[in-house]
Amino acid sequence: MKNRGWLFVIPALAVLAISAFIPLMTVINYSLHYIFAGSTPTFVGFENYVEVLRDSAFLRALVRQLVFSMGILAVEVPLGICIALCLPKRGPGVAVCLVLLGIPLLIPFNVVGIIARVLTQSAVGVIPEFFALFNYSFNVAKDPVDAFMTIFLLDVWHWTPLVALLCYAGLQAIPDAYYQAARIDGASAWKTFRYVTLPKLRSVLIIGVLLRFMDSFKIYAEPLLLTGGGPGDATTFLSLHVARKAESYNLGYAGASSFIYLFIVIVFSYIFFQLMTHIGKGETK
Amino acid sequence: MRKRTVLLIIYLLVLFFPIYWMINTSLKTDNEILKELTLIPKDLTFKNYAEIFTSELWRSSFMNSIVYVCLNVIISLVAAIPAAYAFSRWKFRGSHHLFFWLLTNRMAPAAVFMVPFTELYYTLQIYDTHLAVALAHCLFNIPLAIWILEGFMSGIPREIDETALIDGYSFPRFFAKIFFPLIAPGVGVAAFFCFTFSWIELILAKALTVTNAKPVVVTLTVGIGAEGVRWGLLAAAGVLTMVPGAIVVYFVRNYIARGFALGRV
Repeated sequence: MKNRGWLFVIPALAVLAISAFIPLMTVINYSLHYIFAGSTPTFVGFENYVEVLRDSAFLRALVRQLVFSMGILAVEVPLGICIALCLPKRGPGVAVCLVLLGIPLLIPFNVVGIIARVLTQSAVGVIPEFFALFNYSFNVAKDPVDAFMTIFLLDVWHWTPLVALLCYAGLQAIPDAYYQAARIDGASAWKTFRYVTLPKLRSVLIIGVLLRFMDSFKIYAEPLLLTGGGPGDATTFLSLHVARKAESYNLGYAGASSFIYLFIVIVFSYIFFQLMTHIGKGETK
Repeated sequence: MRKRTVLLIIYLLVLFFPIYWMINTSLKTDNEILKELTLIPKDLTFKNYAEIFTSELWRSSFMNSIVYVCLNVIISLVAAIPAAYAFSRWKFRGSHHLFFWLLTNRMAPAAVFMVPFTELYYTLQIYDTHLAVALAHCLFNIPLAIWILEGFMSGIPREIDETALIDGYSFPRFFAKIFFPLIAPGVGVAAFFCFTFSWIELILAKALTVTNAKPVVVTLTVGIGAEGVRWGLLAAAGVLTMVPGAIVVYFVRNYIARGFALGRV
């Protein structure tokens, strides 16, 4: 009966067959063919992959995406931990804070895009007006840096609460006895955090880092709504690039770039997963 | 201690400023939005909301969203609960690889699957139905639900299963009477996250619907650009899309708080 586990996994696998496995096979199939609307697809082997890897637009989107995702992790994770540390540990404030932090997570991506447009619209938006006080003319439609930073801060605004909620869950699981022991040993606040809190947060941080990395790699609606990926291609992230190719029915290219894209996400996630599972393992035991 | 509270309040103010700004915009006239910057509406108007409530398009969009999101939460949980139980209790052949493979589905960018989904659901003749979107969203929600539930279930000692089975409980009865109540907070947390991610997803929902199942997130994007941008109307619709989510948070808040207290997410 060692393999009865499979019996329980069957429903999930059945649904995933329709929603993941078959579509993925279709993508791989596309990626190996030259597809042109109206004619029969011809098998071309890895030519589409070569084309994608030689395409400077794809490579620029990839680099931009990596810079963005790493930046997101570097800002959201420490910030999330800080916020979690500031939240009340018990009392009526807990439920209120959890609900308040949960609300931004429930705003659809395109509403976030709309908020960004309302806030940054030239002439009467709040943010350009604010920067005008310092004689800086802020314009997402013209300045690539402004546009990139707007998307970046938007993501930080939208998703840091998720990291904070996860860390809060991790903090709640640390027994008070650990802190008392640290106090008796005369550990400083920083040392308590470094040697008691942080190692105990590892498992939730793994989830937080992986979720944020995967999801920031998928960013689509916000840049689409803010500037349509512009100015130039300053906010054309991978998802946007691939979706454009698919929409223009360039399926061979879209399939190949999708597969490379998925491969990169999986490799990075696997590295994070391994690193975070192994680093500092000795400290907790 | 005081310093932390002050920092927290500052953070919450920053967090809610954009939301406040959207509510503020939704209560202004289009003229005021485009002419000047005002912190509170000079000319308070509910016209934008009235327009949405009287429009058949907006009403049906909201209903469509709610229907497929609920459908998705149900499918995800029904499929994920047994799977999570299996992963938390038994090490079976290939379980480790299967678990990582499931997680990789969570990573799959939706843009990748846009075209294949369209083709597949055309073939299955469920294109442009609520079921199509609900199934498509399982792509990222089932792995997430399994992940969350597995954490909760691993926190429940195995001895409970064994004792119950020795006491003569049949497996289904044990699951319904003893195990399920124990993991109820976990199910609440999982349901909350599935609801969230399905509610806010745009790419697949947009690719898989035309008219019959068109969700509110798509109607919102269409509203842009048609007849110039109606900021007030869009902001009002945006505010309304937050309402169902806020209601869900309100109902599951105790579950979530308990789930968080168990330290398992």
